[in-house]
This record gives sequence, C-alpha cells and structure tokens, in this order.
Amino acid sequence: MKAAVLLFPGSNREGDVARALKHVTGVEPAIVWHAETALPAGTDLVVLPGGFSYGDYLRCGAIAARAAIMEAVRAHAARGGLVLGICNGFQILCESGLLPGVLVRNARLRFICREALLKVERIDTPFTRRYAKGAVVRFPVAHGEGNYTADAETLARLEGEGRVAFRYVMADGKRDDTQVLNGAANSIAGILSEKLNVLGLMPHPENHVDPLVGPTDGRALFESIAGMLEKA
Amino acid sequence: MKARVLVTLKSAVLDPQGKAIEGALRSLGVPGVASVRQGKVFDVELDGGDSAKAEATLKEACEKLLANTVIETYRIEFVG
Repeated sequence: MKAAVLLFPGSNREGDVARALKHVTGVEPAIVWHAETALPAGTDLVVLPGGFSYGDYLRCGAIAARAAIMEAVRAHAARGGLVLGICNGFQILCESGLLPGVLVRNARLRFICREALLKVERIDTPFTRRYAKGAVVRFPVAHGEGNYTADAETLARLEGEGRVAFRYVMADGKRDDTQVLNGAANSIAGILSEKLNVLGLMPHPENHVDPLVGPTDGRALFESIAGMLEKA
Repeated sequence: MKARVLVTLKSAVLDPQGKAIEGALRSLGVPGVASVRQGKVFDVELDGGDSAKAEATLKEACEKLLANTVIETYRIEFVG
C-alpha cells in the first residue's frame, strides 16, 4: 500500500496520521506539499490531515480546497482511489466538492475537545470493513467548526444512499439529533462519496491507535484500508 | 475600479454567531434590535474600467472562492 499525506500551510496533524499509518500498516506514507501538482506514482490512499490550513481564513478548508494538489486528488478520487479527510481534511473535502455539504460553526459556538461516541453505520466500505456490525467506538474530537450542514435534498440523498459512515451517539448507543455535541444535522460525524472511496469525518481515529496512550478504536479504520489494498 | 462584495448566510441557515451578537446587544440594552445576521465584506480593487468585465470577474471570484454557495449568497456592488 502506498499512502500520501497532504501538507497545507497550517496543517498540524500530518505527523500523527503518518505515525498511525506506520504503526498500524507498517508503511510510512509520503508527505506531499500542497503546491505539488501530482501525487507520488502508485499512490493508493490520500490523507488530508487535521489542523488549521491557512489559519481557517475565509472559511475552514476553503483556501486549501483550491490548492494545486487538489486537482490530482480529484483525479485520484475519480479513478476510484481512496481519500480520507480527517477534521480539517473533511472540511477541505467539502469545500472542494469531493463531498457534499459544509461544516459550519458548532451550534453552541464552543471549540469542543473531548472524546466522542460514534456508531459505525456500515461495515461494507473500504474504511470500516474491520469493525463489527453496529459497533460503537470512541474517537476524540477537537474542532470549532464540525457542525455538518446540507440542504434537505442532500441529506435525504445521503441517507437514502447509506452514505453516512459515522454518527454521533449518546451513552446508550442511540442517536439523539437534539443533543449532538456540535449540532450536526442527523448526528452526522462522517460521510462517504457516492462510490464509497472518499471518507470525511470530524473525529480523529489516528489518536486512538496505540494502547500506550489509551483506547485503540481507530486501528480498525487503518486496518480496513490496508486490508482492502492488499486484496486489490 | 472599486467594488464591494457582500457574502451572507442564506436565510434558512442557522447563524449562531449572529444569534450571540443579537443576545449581546439585547443585554447591553440597545433597543429595537429584532435580529442580527453576520456576514462578510470584501473590498476589491479591479484593473481596468469595463464594468461588465469587472462584474463577470467578481462573479467568478464569488463562485470559485469568496462564497460557499451551499450556505451563502453574495451581492456585488460597485463603489465610486
């Protein structure tokens, strides 16, 4: 498996996600600067890491979404290549149009930094196949703009096509759209593209891969990707 | 040529920042404020004096970057 982690000015989680990939899959990803116009030959997975690209100026992810490398990412996704956007990476994917909708200010205007409970909505995707059906996992969140918003038609399409990958849930494992930590529509924490090869999510699976620092619920996401690519 | 671009949230989109400002105005005792919506202003200087061309340029700028049309609308005004 060949992975590339994109680096924009203001990204700050590229090291963590690179470490998680190395830790789980044994393969060190390439770090690719945003001004590049091509991905390294043979790239299977592109990761857009968390952080504050361009200082969140204009709108979160808006300027990074127009970076030179994003044309190559678009082509990679169109070929069916895997793309994973975490936190600011998810915001960039939405701003670039690779995923629908947009992430706006948290409903209660607070930056939220804590662990979130998430339900894995489906396990027949390249990113979730190593999770148990209906699993509830713990990933940390750290964002000020994670409130997923889309028009009613887009939400209906996402739900109808089963493109919600992760949903925030309460302690009992059930969703409560009136109590979502950041106000996200339909408790959405992560969504997939139409062909299921692009995943964007606000929570950070890369934080939870090493028992030394806590839970390891994020491992299965990276194992899923690696397993998928080995099979291919 | 100078222009001003106003980007505002669509009316159906919740604006928590506007709501917070609205509440702050109320608590300051500023009378008669029914509601507040927050937006952005871009003052843009353009080369050349062709206003039709300038409008097309600004439209492109809005569609490509200045506004996210999923949640925002924009208005272009020429000043001076």
